[in-house]
This record gives sequence, C-alpha cells and structure tokens, in this order.
Amino acid sequence: MIVAHQLTKTFKDKKRGIIPAVSDVSFTCQPGRIYGLLGANGAGKTTTLRMLATLLKPASGTITVADHDAAAAPEKVRANVGFLAASTALYGRLTAREMIAYFGQLNGMSADAIRTRIKQLADELDMHEFLDRRCDKFSTGMKQKTSIARTLVHDPAVMIFDEPTLGLDVMTARSIVKFVRECRNRGKTVIYSTHVMSEVEKLCDTIGIIHGGRLVAEGTLVELQARFAERDMEEIFVKAVGGEAALAAALKD
Amino acid sequence: MNWNQILTVYLKELKDSLRDRRTIISMIVVPTLLMPLLMFGSFYIMSKVVKKARDEATTLVVIGGADSPGVIAALKAEPKLRIVEATADYKTMVSEKRVRVAVEIPAGFEASLKAGASQTVMVYHYEGEMKSGMGAGEVEKFFRVLREKTVEARLADRGLKPELIKPFEVKRQNVAPPEKVGGNIIGGLIPYLIIILCFTGAMYPAIDLTAGEKERGTMETLLCSPVHRVNIVLGKFLMVMTASVATIAFTLLSSAATIMAGGSLMMRGGKAAAAGAAGGGGGFIPVIDPAGILGVFAMIAPVAMLFAALLLTISLFAKSYKEAQSYVSPLIVVVIMPAMMGMLPGIELSAKTALIPILNLSLVCKEMLSGVWHWNYIALIFGSTALYAAVAVALCVRMFNREDVIFRA
Repeated sequence: MIVAHQLTKTFKDKKRGIIPAVSDVSFTCQPGRIYGLLGANGAGKTTTLRMLATLLKPASGTITVADHDAAAAPEKVRANVGFLAASTALYGRLTAREMIAYFGQLNGMSADAIRTRIKQLADELDMHEFLDRRCDKFSTGMKQKTSIARTLVHDPAVMIFDEPTLGLDVMTARSIVKFVRECRNRGKTVIYSTHVMSEVEKLCDTIGIIHGGRLVAEGTLVELQARFAERDMEEIFVKAVGGEAALAAALKD
Repeated sequence: MNWNQILTVYLKELKDSLRDRRTIISMIVVPTLLMPLLMFGSFYIMSKVVKKARDEATTLVVIGGADSPGVIAALKAEPKLRIVEATADYKTMVSEKRVRVAVEIPAGFEASLKAGASQTVMVYHYEGEMKSGMGAGEVEKFFRVLREKTVEARLADRGLKPELIKPFEVKRQNVAPPEKVGGNIIGGLIPYLIIILCFTGAMYPAIDLTAGEKERGTMETLLCSPVHRVNIVLGKFLMVMTASVATIAFTLLSSAATIMAGGSLMMRGGKAAAAGAAGGGGGFIPVIDPAGILGVFAMIAPVAMLFAALLLTISLFAKSYKEAQSYVSPLIVVVIMPAMMGMLPGIELSAKTALIPILNLSLVCKEMLSGVWHWNYIALIFGSTALYAAVAVALCVRMFNREDVIFRA
C-alpha cells in the first residue's frame, strides 16, 4: 500500500526563484489495484513518483510505503519497491544475468536465491536466449524485459512505473501493459504514470489527474465520467485541468 | 556503512570498468608502455643525435690568417675540424648553418706569438644551437692547446719551469653513493610521472562511474536499490582508487623491468649524453634504492585517495561524460604545477612545504629515492594528505546526497 499525505516539493531555479513542482498532493494506492497518475509533461508526475521511491525528499508531507515511513526508513521503502521508468537504464557492459544478479545482491539476496529467481524470471519473460549477452547490444524489447526482471528480482510488494512505455514501439509497449496487469493480478500495489489517455482507460482502477503540481481530480473511470459528464478520457482530462487554454499555458512553462 | 554492500558495488564497478576500453588504456596500457618508451625511445634517440653531432667534424670558415700559415696548417691538420671556403659573409654562413663556427685570426698573429704580445682570436657561433656550441668548444680547445704550448715556449725561452704559472691544481671528486646520485637525477622525475599517472589513472573511471552513469541513465536505476548512498559512494570510490593505484603499480613494474632489461643500453646512452653535455667525461648508471620505490608506493596511497574523491566529486556534478571531461582536464595543470615545483632545485622539505599536497609528495619521494628517510616529515605528509583525502571523501558523500546534483537537468 502507498499512502501519500499532503506532499509538497519545490525546486530552486536561478532565474525563476523557488518553483513549486508538487503542491499538497494526497492519495492512497491499494494492493491489487492500479493507480494511474495522469498528467501533461511537467505536471509533477515524475517528481511525485521519485518522492515515493525516496529518490527525492519532499519539502513537506508524509509518505508511507508498505508500512514504512519514507523519511525515517528510506532504505526499507526502496527494499519494498520496484521502480521502472524510461530513465532507469541498464548497465551496457554487464550481461542481463549480471545486471539482475547485481540488483539481487544490492537487495541483500543470497547467491542461491538469486540463481533460482533469475531462472524463474527468465522462464516467465522468455529471456533465456539473451540472458548471457551484454545489455548494450540488446533490442528495445530485450532491454525492457531485462529492466522488468531487475525491478522484480526482490519480489517487491509495490511497483512504481514512471511513463514506462515512453518511446517504445507498439509491441514492446503492449508487453509492458500486460506485465503491469500481471503485477496487479498478483496482488501488488501498482502506481502508473502516463500522459497517454488510452493507457489510463485500459489499465487503471483509480485515476488521479495531476496538473500544475496539484491533484485536480481523482476517482474510477466511471466516477470521473459521471463527474465531468464526458465519456472520453481526453475530454475528462481537459475539463479537469480547467480547459484547453489552461493546459496550453501550463505546457508553455 | 555496510561493508557487504560496499563490496558488492565495488566488485560490480571493477567488472564493469575492466570491460571499458578507455579505463583499460589509461589504467594498464599507458603506464606499462610509458616508461619503456621514455627510456628506450627518447633517451636512445637523444643519445644518438648527440653522438652523431659529436662524431662529425666541425665545419668552420677562417677569416684572415693569411700571414699565419703555421696556425692555418695546424687547424687543417686537426681531424675534428674541417675548414670550408668562405662563399659568403661569415655571419650569414653561421646563421644559415652552412658552417658551425667562424674563426677570426687577427693580423700578424704568428708574429705576435713569437714577439710575446697578446692578441684576441674571435670565435663566432650561434647561441643556443647545439652543433654550433659544440663546434665552438672544439675550436676553443684547439686554441687553448696552442696557447699552452706558446706559454711553455715563452717560459722555456726565459729558462723558467711550467709550474711557475701553475702554483696548485683544483680537483673535484664525488663522494655520493650511486643510489643517491640516481635519486637526485631521476628521483625528481619519478614522483612527477607517478603523480600524473595517479591522476590520469583515476580520471576516466571517476567520470565513467558518475557523469557517465548519469548520462547512460543507470544512476537512477542504482539509486532505486535499497543501498544507502554512503555505501554506493564508497564502493565507487574504492574502484577509482584501485584504478589509480593499479596505474602506478603497472608504471613501477614496467620501470623496474625497463631498467633491468635496458641497463647496458642506458649506460651507453648515459655516457654519450653526459659526454655530449660536458664536452668529455664519464657517464654512470643511476641506481635507485628499491626501498625508496616501496616508500613512494606507500606515500602515494593517500594521494590516490585524495584524487579519487576529488575527481568523483567534480565529475558527479556534470551531466555528461563530455561535461565532466571539460571540468577535470584543466585540473591536470593544477596537479602538474606542484609536482613540477618538486623537481626544481632549491625547493626543499620543510614544515611548510610538507603541508602542501602533491608538492610534499614530490619532495619526499625525491628524498626517499636517494635513500634519505625523514621520518617526521614522512609522518606529517602522510597524515596531512590522509586528512585532506578524508575531507574530500566526506565532500563526495555530501554531493551524492544532494538531489540537485544527482538529478541535475
């Protein structure tokens, strides 16, 4: 479970002074459900997810992940989190097996446990063919599978996905979406950020719309459709952020 | 601190770096080849050039001297000199290197020798040009011998002994054992080379492990792991230090092998170079105290720590490999300056210089290589450098904990 309470994060900028990236954001993600964080570029999705993964410290507010407080025990939070983002790459000079094993070791797993786990993951993700080849020679699909195996090696209870399909071809993107569903089916808590409306519609049990660092709407697809009197997710999104003009102004910044 | 995690990070970085061509080149290939190339290559070529210049007869033009046929004949008879017909103004000929020197014999030179008068022979040379300088030396030697003969003849004419004008002789003799001479001559050069290699050996892994990781997007992946950042920094730091120390170890090993394999060559080369520079005289093999080499290796450890931590800190700030290179490359000059100052004569170890990083290492290494062990200075230098290194490591950990550095966009 993830509980975020009144999260706020600011950044310092030499020219513009202090910029609020996330303001007073609260939400709860339940096990066995996918929470979708929908927002335009620069809305504060990545900052929020990085705070959940304890990569960034919030200016104020609290985060509890798998019953651990992020401020007091960031290492314990990370031990229970699998974080996959477009910006989390693989070590090109390591093989897929070495890459997965390294993260197993960093998570304190024994050599035996790592060996068993790699075999299991390679079976599930169909990785045996390229398991002992170096990551820098991989296709996008192979890289993505290796990254997934890396996030799953320690079998975390919470999965955080930050725009994982960004820049991927259709086939690879579909396999990611399938994998995210499987995580939910196994009872994991999943939070998934994207700016692709169709992914949210297909995938998410709860949708949070984030705009200008604030959570402007939250609910299931049906709830949001009722609230904004629109069927289409894109229309709901535009209404939630305050119309096209507000969206265009935010994207300009 | 969790040593298991530090070791995990370290071993992974070691494996990763050993698969990186740039690190292999700076850590193993360059230090292994540098010494043999320096010694066999440049030393050999230098001595060859000097030897060739020495063996060639000195070409000269003679100005005047028509009324001194005896002197001209003696000049012609000298095997190391070759008189060339003047085809132009003597200055032009010397300047254009058609002859090495020009000699002006004053009018009535032979007559004045007999008459007991004093005259001046002018030797025109080209300052700073090695061959011209050597030629001038040869010509001066010829006239010195002629002068001595003239003096002896004049003394004999008056029934006096040659000792009259030589009441005593002054001689020099070396009392320094060969290893001290070696320490002073190449002892200045070895720490200089080692300091530079210690730095360049650490440079590429430091950039690769920080800015390189940021650029490739693996830094964020690594930070997602439950490892405390201190352990990540220390694992990386140990790897960079390993690269730095390995660079020096390879340099020292290849230097030892080069000296052993090339001893005889060096002796011949050394003789030629020394003889060329001094215009005659013996050469010797500089011997280095092996304990001194071990001492240098021990003293370099805190400097390697300092370099590793500083390079990690600086390159962590950069967003990309290229940006890090542009921050780190100018630092080589900062490192070279104090290392070079240590080679200068007159700068000696003192309580003050012992506190200046790099310079202190350069100075103490020179002493150790010539067999002098100032234990109080050694302790002071080791201690102060270790302290600087600890501060640098702490700074590095702080940088790693700064969000604006790690996620600098």
